Amino acid sequence: MSSLVYLVPLALLLGGAALWAFLWSFKSGQYEDLDGAAQRILLDDEMER
Amino acid sequence: MSCCGQVATAGAQLLGPPSADEVVLASRDLGDGLRQSDLSVPGIHCAHCIGAIESAFRHIAGVEAARVNLSSKRVAVKWRGDTAPPIIETLRDLGYDAHLFTPEERSDPELARLIRAMAVAGFCSMNIMLLSVSVWSGAEPGTRQAFHWISAGLALPALVYSGRIFFLSAWSALKRGRTNMDVPISIGVLLAFGLSLYDTIIGGAHAYFDAAVSLIFFLLIGRVLDHLMREKARSAVQGLVRLTPRGATVIHADGARDYLPAQAIEPGMLLQVTPGERILVDGVVESGQSDIDCSLATGETQPQKVAAGDKLRSGMLNLTGALTLRAQSNVANSFLAEMTQLMEAAESSRGHYRRVADRAASYYAPVVHSLALLTLIGWLIATGDWYRSISIAIAVLIITCPCALGLAVPIVQAVAARRLFESGIMVKDGAALERLAEIDQVAFDKTGTLTLGRPRLVNEAVIDKRALGIAAALAQQSNHPLCRALSLHGDGRTHVTTDFTEVPGSGIEARIDGHFYRLGRSAWAGGGEADATVLCEDGKPIASFIFEDNLRPGAEEAVMEVRALGATPRILSGDARPIVRRLAEGLGIAEAMGAMLPKEKTDYVAGLGKALMVGDGLNDAPALARAHASMAPASAADIGRNAADFVFLHGSLTAVPFAMRIAREAKKLVGQNFALAILYNVLALPFAMAGYVTPLLAALAMSASSIVVVANALRLRGRAT
Repeated sequence: MSSLVYLVPLALLLGGAALWAFLWSFKSGQYEDLDGAAQRILLDDEMER
Repeated sequence: MSCCGQVATAGAQLLGPPSADEVVLASRDLGDGLRQSDLSVPGIHCAHCIGAIESAFRHIAGVEAARVNLSSKRVAVKWRGDTAPPIIETLRDLGYDAHLFTPEERSDPELARLIRAMAVAGFCSMNIMLLSVSVWSGAEPGTRQAFHWISAGLALPALVYSGRIFFLSAWSALKRGRTNMDVPISIGVLLAFGLSLYDTIIGGAHAYFDAAVSLIFFLLIGRVLDHLMREKARSAVQGLVRLTPRGATVIHADGARDYLPAQAIEPGMLLQVTPGERILVDGVVESGQSDIDCSLATGETQPQKVAAGDKLRSGMLNLTGALTLRAQSNVANSFLAEMTQLMEAAESSRGHYRRVADRAASYYAPVVHSLALLTLIGWLIATGDWYRSISIAIAVLIITCPCALGLAVPIVQAVAARRLFESGIMVKDGAALERLAEIDQVAFDKTGTLTLGRPRLVNEAVIDKRALGIAAALAQQSNHPLCRALSLHGDGRTHVTTDFTEVPGSGIEARIDGHFYRLGRSAWAGGGEADATVLCEDGKPIASFIFEDNLRPGAEEAVMEVRALGATPRILSGDARPIVRRLAEGLGIAEAMGAMLPKEKTDYVAGLGKALMVGDGLNDAPALARAHASMAPASAADIGRNAADFVFLHGSLTAVPFAMRIAREAKKLVGQNFALAILYNVLALPFAMAGYVTPLLAALAMSASSIVVVANALRLRGRAT
């Protein structure tokens, strides 16, 4: 019973962190080009050369 | 290198690339001298395309950065300086067709709001569900009470932040004295929350926080799907080529030339119109001669010959010669603007279509609410216990809350829109799908819709091979649509042409191997008075060519399938009556009207009742807006594309019957989903009214009915049509 006192807030905090992370990534435009993100992984990085 | 099929844009092929001035006009100022141009590049397709484009721009002077967006097939180029870097030329060199466009807004704020609301509702409902499971599995009263309080604390922000979308919509409907789906939803959610809060305060055993919040979550999923579909269609349509220019070159009294934006053009200004340019405002030709392609403006297929003194209307395309034009109107009252006004009038007389879900809600809400009231009165009479009666009445509202009903329509429409999208058909919104399913008349425009608006040589068999080869060699050097058609018939040998001149409005002349040739209008070339295109060698006619407009691929099948679907096909055209009649006979269409003005088309479509209008031109735009449902090819004028409910990207006209079939199937599935949702309510209601519903039962029943409805909608995906 007493474990609930910190376990429940902890669970809510973790869930809240995930919610915040989603809202932040959404706002910073990370969902704007989902197809492009999948394809860009195949590109060589030319900047280093 | 281009590795995929390009979107067919018939009108675009005749247009030259936008000038550097136009690129500057269409760009956005980012501050600090930095400007951004947004381009739509339909050919972007894979990682290779991204790499090629981005690295090509790295070496262009003046370009700061270029970023490809593969999902929306767009390129954003940031650049500095007074003149634009060669953005479009760079893309053309790589093999990509690019169109300028100005983004209306960065991204849809409504969609972002819905997604944020959905995220919050999802977070809250999952946590409440977690706590509720432990309450249902028999938590001690102390723990249960604590969990109810935490749930209340989680439900409140979800209700305020996410539920707001439903409450506001319900409130605005009620203010106008109507009901929509959001009214019973809002009442159910608010009462469930109120009752649960009261129960929590007095330490009761049951709380419905989970039901209230997960209802909001499920319904927001439906809303987001609905919105995503619209957004996708909008960005796809926006990406197509603009057929109206953004500005024009003005010749001042002192001879100086200036490229001015469209809004700055005043009546009385002298404009320069080069071959391949579209006319921006109505005006009179001051000097020069040319052929004018009117197909987009009036539906006529044959190019018109113009000279000084002739009137031109906005939207027409200058083909062969340079003209100077005295503007007679500004953009706000040109032919284009006239069409816009006609369209607005047409749209308002179409009236507000009530969506299926809202119509269902207008029957559903009164029934459910009076049942809840009856339950309250019945229990009051039987027991006299206010608290118990109200609890049971609210339980009735919660269990009948239209969760499945709220999902029944959007989920089917999202799946249907996805299927159409895969076949290259964009849907503007869900209501368009509902209207398309009711269609029993289909009115086709002729030029650009049933036909491609591109002429084709039809008497190749009777023409002397040598003459055809020479004509093709000559034709290769001109932009005139008939020449383009003729140039496809070359014999592969090279003919060296000298002294080439194009006489606008008449034809072309040149020397080949010492002979003097003229190709063009019969009277001019030397073939006597006849309505044909003639090739003359040293003054003697050696061949005459007959052209006909090409049928759009799939036109015949489309007309047959439309008839098989029980709809009557018709033709409405602005072109000359004999041409329309000949086409109608070829396709077996009995009802064909020619020489129609835009206003007549609109009135005709209005008189047809539930008609689908398929058209592409400026002159079709008001009829597209007026018709019960409307469809346009991707090659349509901007204004027509925006007016149409559906835009099909691939060339074939079979998209029309295909979309009709999908829409009808979607309508059937929506009906089934309603039946399932009502069946669930009929089963659950007696339990609720008898007072047997617990929060656990409510959660199970609601989720189960939603899953059944979603699963039923997904059947549309795999079906062969």
